[in-house]
Amino acid sequence: MTTQHALTEYLLRLGDSNIILAQRLCEWIGHAPVLEEELALGNVALDLFGQARSWLEYAAQLQGEGRSADDLVFGRNEREYRNLLISEQSNGNYADTLARQYLFDAWHYYLLQALQHSTDEQVAAIAAKGLKEVTYHLRRSSAWIKRLGDGTEESHQKMQQAIDDIWTYSGEMMMTDAIDAPLVAAGIVPDMTAITAQWQAHVSTTLTEATLCCPAQDSYMQRGGKQGLHGEQLGFLLAEMQFLPRAYPDAVW
Amino acid sequence: MIRAQLPSLQGVWDILDRVLDPEVPVVSVVELGIIRDLEWQQQRLQVTLTPTYSGCPATAFIEEEILQALHQAGIPDVQLRQQLAPAWTTDWISESGRNKLRDYGIAPPVGSASKRSLLGEDPIVACPQCGSEHTERVSEFGSTACKALYRCTDCLEPFDYFKCI
Repeated sequence: MTTQHALTEYLLRLGDSNIILAQRLCEWIGHAPVLEEELALGNVALDLFGQARSWLEYAAQLQGEGRSADDLVFGRNEREYRNLLISEQSNGNYADTLARQYLFDAWHYYLLQALQHSTDEQVAAIAAKGLKEVTYHLRRSSAWIKRLGDGTEESHQKMQQAIDDIWTYSGEMMMTDAIDAPLVAAGIVPDMTAITAQWQAHVSTTLTEATLCCPAQDSYMQRGGKQGLHGEQLGFLLAEMQFLPRAYPDAVW
Repeated sequence: MIRAQLPSLQGVWDILDRVLDPEVPVVSVVELGIIRDLEWQQQRLQVTLTPTYSGCPATAFIEEEILQALHQAGIPDVQLRQQLAPAWTTDWISESGRNKLRDYGIAPPVGSASKRSLLGEDPIVACPQCGSEHTERVSEFGSTACKALYRCTDCLEPFDYFKCI
């Protein structure tokens, strides 16, 4: 596998995870529990959309087939999507949404921190820009884990259940495969060992502060999203997201 | 000969200083610090700009406005180039930009962008209406990604705060 091919796949994984999570967050618009949270979810989603566009534009450029970021987002089928399974999980209740967001944000934060030192200038630039935004995301989501975990009896119980339910999708963020190896060797992407340790430390500290139990780090973890194997719910998400440009391919703003 | 009719670089800066941010229509794109470089390449003007936030929906609109302003000023050949690195920071908002934000009712970013200000304690944000430092944060996000929502506990007015990044 050439480095260029590996990097294209890696960029799709990043971009797709961002766009799918952003789409999930947007499902809350009009339904969030309070106005401030609606603003926050919309703004976090917007940041993720923006970062997804940067990653996917770069992926499209490396593919060299004249496709745009929009073509990639609206024109690919489920099996061509490379997003992490955690990003496609449905919103559930508000604790479920926050548990998903927090585990993702912590991974995203440490990954971008490492990627800003990439030997690939474009990767480094997109990461450095995104890191500023993700720092806010992580601050907000970890604060919510603590408020709800160390809140009322009911909020504590729901937050714990949410963490336990989403946990099996957290391991994939740290998994590597043949795509990573040549990129790590070239200094384009980081080795995941250090990031895994940082993520585990952040999660375990936050959950302890939140008076929540941290599930076992070595429990069984779902995998497959990065290779294009997804759960049923991604199909429904794509159907909604892609309907308009597929039904009316000539539609413009 | 045609080149002689084109404005100087300083002239171009002056033109762009009249192009306002659509979200905050008192601050120009120059004061906001998003114009990173201007360069004449013979007849062609290259404008390098950087987005404020990755997903800022105003970016495309601002690019349109810039093109329109330059075309109206008689510069037909303009190339816009987007540059991500170094990432935009609120430190690049000029002093006049900060004053205009405050006059408009938006508290300008407090202090300088550093990791401490991103992760650390909340800054003391003075109320743009009455100047009181007795204010509290209502929401970490405001009407746009670049702002947070605050309230003054003296004059009781809510206001936007331009976040420091």
